[in-house]
Amino acid sequence: MIKALFFYLFAILSVSSAAMVIIARNPVHAVLFLILTFFNAAGLFILLGAEFLAMLLIIVYVGAVAVLFLFVVMMLDVDFAELKAGFIKNAPVGALIGGVVLLELAALFLVYGFDVGVGGNVQTAMPSTGSGIDNTTALGRVIYTKYVYFFQAAGLVLLVAMIGAIVLTLRHKEGVKRQSVAEQVARSPKTAIEVVEVAPGNAVLPSTEGPK
Amino acid sequence: MQHLLIYAPAFPEMLLAVAAMLLLMLGAFSEDNDHNGAFIGWLSIAFMIGAATIIALQPPATQTLFNGSFVVDQFSRFLKLLILGGTAVAMLLSFDFLRQKGLMKFEYPILMLLACVGMMMMVSANDLIALYLGVELQSLALYVLAAMNRDNVRSSEAGLKYFVLGALSSGMLLYGASLIYGFTGSTSFLEIANVAQAAPPSENIGLIFGLVFLLVGLAFKISAVPFHMWTPDVYQGAPTPVTAFFAAAPKMAAMGLLLRVLGGAFPGLEQQWQQIIWFISIASMLLGAFAAIGQNNIKRLMAYSSIGHIGFALVGLAAGTTEGAQGVLVYLLIYLVMTLGTFACILAMQRGDEMIEDIDQLAGLAQNNLLLAFTLAMLMFSLAGIPPLAGFWAKVYVFWPAVQAGLYPLAVIGVIASVIGAYYYLRIVKIMFFDEPQEKFVPVSANLAIVMGAALIFIFAFAIPQLGGPIVAAAEAAANSLRL
Repeated sequence: MIKALFFYLFAILSVSSAAMVIIARNPVHAVLFLILTFFNAAGLFILLGAEFLAMLLIIVYVGAVAVLFLFVVMMLDVDFAELKAGFIKNAPVGALIGGVVLLELAALFLVYGFDVGVGGNVQTAMPSTGSGIDNTTALGRVIYTKYVYFFQAAGLVLLVAMIGAIVLTLRHKEGVKRQSVAEQVARSPKTAIEVVEVAPGNAVLPSTEGPK
Repeated sequence: MQHLLIYAPAFPEMLLAVAAMLLLMLGAFSEDNDHNGAFIGWLSIAFMIGAATIIALQPPATQTLFNGSFVVDQFSRFLKLLILGGTAVAMLLSFDFLRQKGLMKFEYPILMLLACVGMMMMVSANDLIALYLGVELQSLALYVLAAMNRDNVRSSEAGLKYFVLGALSSGMLLYGASLIYGFTGSTSFLEIANVAQAAPPSENIGLIFGLVFLLVGLAFKISAVPFHMWTPDVYQGAPTPVTAFFAAAPKMAAMGLLLRVLGGAFPGLEQQWQQIIWFISIASMLLGAFAAIGQNNIKRLMAYSSIGHIGFALVGLAAGTTEGAQGVLVYLLIYLVMTLGTFACILAMQRGDEMIEDIDQLAGLAQNNLLLAFTLAMLMFSLAGIPPLAGFWAKVYVFWPAVQAGLYPLAVIGVIASVIGAYYYLRIVKIMFFDEPQEKFVPVSANLAIVMGAALIFIFAFAIPQLGGPIVAAAEAAANSLRL
């Protein structure tokens, strides 16, 4: 009963906030609605017993992707009114394609139901329902054992991505003044002060190099 | 120790991966200059020789690791040796060029090393996830290498183009893999093969759909027509030694992967995939022959040449027999040597600090530097497939199984395409020997001369049974371990 209640709460909220993502006039509001959609989808995942996926959705999509969107929306000067104009013009075409896909899906499910003839090949879900093992435990059991090769290979791929990003973007600029604590501590009166003999009647011009 | 020994089949990959990380530390904590970059380059060549030694010492049996997702057999060992050789020679070709252009960063050899690990994972992949991770590790390192000369517009363009189209092809590949997984319930090649054989092809429509997408993704990686569009721009834009690397090692890995996937995962669907291979083979041969005629930049010419050569190698695969697979392996080996030799000559085309890429600038090279002109001419004859050079035997080894399998149209079109292709190879020879001489090139450096000499000896010596025989026998053993 409570589960059904929460399902409808999450479902209605996620569909309506997804609609708001497209309808909202202010792009920042649209991104915030997108985040709300992600949270509700995460709630739906928890109801399904997929708590690991729910946490991933929040960490990756809300924590990284949506924040990136916010940055882009706020920092880039995109004329959203112009984009919207195109939206209205192309809306009928989009609606037509969407309608066709909807009809196809409806026909598929009316004819075949939810059994689309994959046959007996489908493997069972990893923690079988009712086994008392949750997703996170089940993943933890296989990721360093059965899938250790894939896990390490994925790590190498990420290493390459990191090296690549550094190689292609890091520039050592000449002439940038940086604070060097070691150099500051190593200063002594000998290196910092310059004693100049001043002949009577003459002025001392400041050295162009400045104090060392 | 005993526990570690069960991972012995994967030691070469582990060695290179650990070496890459060690060298990364070494590079990051030492001063960033040409000398240290070159030192790390030489060290990585040493590690590659070490990995090749381990592979050569491994027993010939087929072994699988990590729940069957990583397979080491004669086939993967043969290709791994080619990949290591291609990468090490490409690195050897890089030193002088990078030093002159101020690109000798320590990350360069490390990225090549990691790309090499990715390629070795590709030819050992026996599972869709292992396949994808290997492809991605290799491609990601290659995108960065293409854009290495980041202040050069062409190099950045090459990197970006390669990246965007590579990402698209990875998407295709993943979509195919997900369809295959959905219809077979497993990512393991063995399980997929079981499902593919259990029912007639007419009941495996979903699987065939997945296979088509997977082939599209792999065809991008070997730059077979109609998925070749990125090749000329990337080859022209990337720094020349990187282009040499692109034309050599990744082709070995991607062709090996193609053979492994088709032979290992889709027996029973030969009729289906042979049609596709048949088509892309003909299209690649013809495009390689015709499109190269109008090129004046030698790197672009080599790009079209590599497209054509991939088409020829695919003829052997289209036959779908063990002899065909053997032909492909022999072809790949000879293509590797010819390509690296030719790129060594291209890197020797230099006046002052300027690299020359125009074919017209080769005019009269025979009067200035007869040895260089002779080497390049022989390599061109070999690429064109003129007997008794190695390039001719390579074509014999792929066309003969195709004829035996009754693919006469394919063999006839292949021969016609190689006759047309001979025109642009011979044109270079004509320009070098019969045109008015231009200014001299700078003297050839030792590294380039070694590669040129080795390639020259190989293309002549392959016809001698004592030298060609063991290579062909090794390719035969490799093809036998593949279930084609």
